[in-house]
Amino acid sequence: MQRAKLFDHVILLMGVFIMIGPLVVALMTSSHEAADIHRNGLSILPGGHFVETYQTVLTKQGGFTGKITGLRMMMNSLILGLGFAAGKIILSMLAAYALVYFRFRFATITFWMIFTTLLLPLEVRILPSYEVMNTLHLTNTYTGLIVPLLASATGTFYFRQFFKSIPDELLEAARIDGAGPFKFFIDVIVPLSKTMMAAIFIIMFVYGWNQYLWPTLMTTDESFFTLVRGIKQILLVWVGSNIPDYNEAFALAILAMLPPVMIVMIFQRWFIKGLTESDK
Amino acid sequence: MSAINITNVSKIYAGGVEAVKSVSIDIADGEFIVLVGPSGCGKSTLLRMVAGLETISKGTVEIGDRIVNTVEPAERDIAMVFQNYALYPHMTVYDNLAYGVKNRGTPKAEIDARVTEAARMLQLEKYLDRKPRALSGGQRQRVAMGRAIVRKPAAFLFDEPLSNLDAKLRVSMRGEIKQLQKRLGTTSIYVTHDQLEAMTLADRLVVLNGGEIEQIGRPLDVYHSPASTFVASFIGSPAMNLLRANREGNRLHFGSQTLETDRLSTLPTELTIGLRAEDLRIAQAGEQSLTLKIDYVEELGAQRLVHGNVDGKAITAALSPEIELADTIALTIAPSRLHFFDPTTGKRLPRPLDACTSTLPQATMLEPAAG
Repeated sequence: MQRAKLFDHVILLMGVFIMIGPLVVALMTSSHEAADIHRNGLSILPGGHFVETYQTVLTKQGGFTGKITGLRMMMNSLILGLGFAAGKIILSMLAAYALVYFRFRFATITFWMIFTTLLLPLEVRILPSYEVMNTLHLTNTYTGLIVPLLASATGTFYFRQFFKSIPDELLEAARIDGAGPFKFFIDVIVPLSKTMMAAIFIIMFVYGWNQYLWPTLMTTDESFFTLVRGIKQILLVWVGSNIPDYNEAFALAILAMLPPVMIVMIFQRWFIKGLTESDK
Repeated sequence: MSAINITNVSKIYAGGVEAVKSVSIDIADGEFIVLVGPSGCGKSTLLRMVAGLETISKGTVEIGDRIVNTVEPAERDIAMVFQNYALYPHMTVYDNLAYGVKNRGTPKAEIDARVTEAARMLQLEKYLDRKPRALSGGQRQRVAMGRAIVRKPAAFLFDEPLSNLDAKLRVSMRGEIKQLQKRLGTTSIYVTHDQLEAMTLADRLVVLNGGEIEQIGRPLDVYHSPASTFVASFIGSPAMNLLRANREGNRLHFGSQTLETDRLSTLPTELTIGLRAEDLRIAQAGEQSLTLKIDYVEELGAQRLVHGNVDGKAITAALSPEIELADTIALTIAPSRLHFFDPTTGKRLPRPLDACTSTLPQATMLEPAAG
């Protein structure tokens, strides 16, 4: 028993080292100077420039126009992530509600059509989507960044499955209690879906936060740059004898990681609940 | 509080399956009606049509003096108790009780008064702040009933409300439902597949089979004069023994064994005879009897169910546990306790002995149910 326990711990610790190791290296390296890193490579010990680097990254106005700061990029990423997550939840909940609770013709076919789009990655439709947004003059706007990606087959599918697991009697009881379709949705479905919403929120937030290709395509104005793009931007300066600001790239990477990690940690309990139990 | 008239109601599903076939029931104000039958007999469908959860294919349902065929469930002035309670899991007991009246725009003070009253009636006062998941099955069932009471509806509809409870709780909840219904005097329709629940709760029973009414009547009337072999085997536990018999004059031949009584001559020669297990008794010496070969015995404490066969046909007799049993026993029955059915249609045939029941020692007048 005792030995098994020890063994378990060894495995867990190994897992921790493998998962956390690179992060620690990134964090530590980011506290050295760029030239240092260029000369000595990655480092596992802290350098002395932690505060400076992060201050620079967050507030230094960079980019071609010299106006974009790390803070600005972080805000853009947040707007994208939150807009994504909230929009997708609202849209897919309403879609799933319609699919499950309203008997309209072709409901099943509609569902399967939505479902099959799960198989298509964003990249497949990225050009037509861009074309549409361009015609609508929505490039370089948050609307253009967020709206085209809101339709979510994954979310619709999850919510549909969840709604199907809610006993029909609940709907019938609500009908007898005088709750119409809208009231039933707000009073019963939404509160019951809380854990499910949390789970979808995490998935979609991280998905939105990590978007790279779509924002790159949609925005040319630097004030719409996201963190993920910012990291790339820093490494682009490698021309001639310039040393890229490795430390800043690492710092940005760390910053880019923080919010998703925090969201996952905060919502973790709900997340697991949402995916495993259907609180009935 | 009002009468409910169900007139020639049918339910035909897409595809032509007829789940309920032209059923008519007139339910008096304040009456407790139990719809009973095996699963798939259409009892729940019928109830759900009254509730407005299923559309009515044919016929009319009137609640009060109003035809409600196209009226929304919420407007029908009914309340329903579901088998799985259907409590809103995210609301406290209080909110569960209040939700229906709140949606009707009842003033807050009155909602509060009604909820408190219902909670007091059902001894739920202590649990008003709890969520349903923190309640036991019996308490949840009470909340479900409370939700119905708070509405002060014209009728209660119960859809197998006790099926999810354990046996002991079922008995006590049965009593509570009965008392509550008597106290409130609200017209009630109760669906169950449990004949015992049906017998104990009902003012009148409606026995359904295959979407059709087999019999409507007071529990004891149904018990004592089942209208068909179906009702006979469904109502009463253990089920009534049904035996094919040939009549020759006043003699009934069960295979090689014979019972003789008088005045059978009006009956057809082919018969199905019904014998209640509890009407069978050990024959005294010299009495005519059927010989039962015992297969096995079930001890119930107060009673002993003796399962055996008469010439290969299974028979169950409920005997006193004091009686000594051998491998075979001689059983007899009072002639007035015989039930006769047409062997092809299964319909009840009038008892030719009815005229002289009072002269026979075992016969008792059929007691109509109280009320």
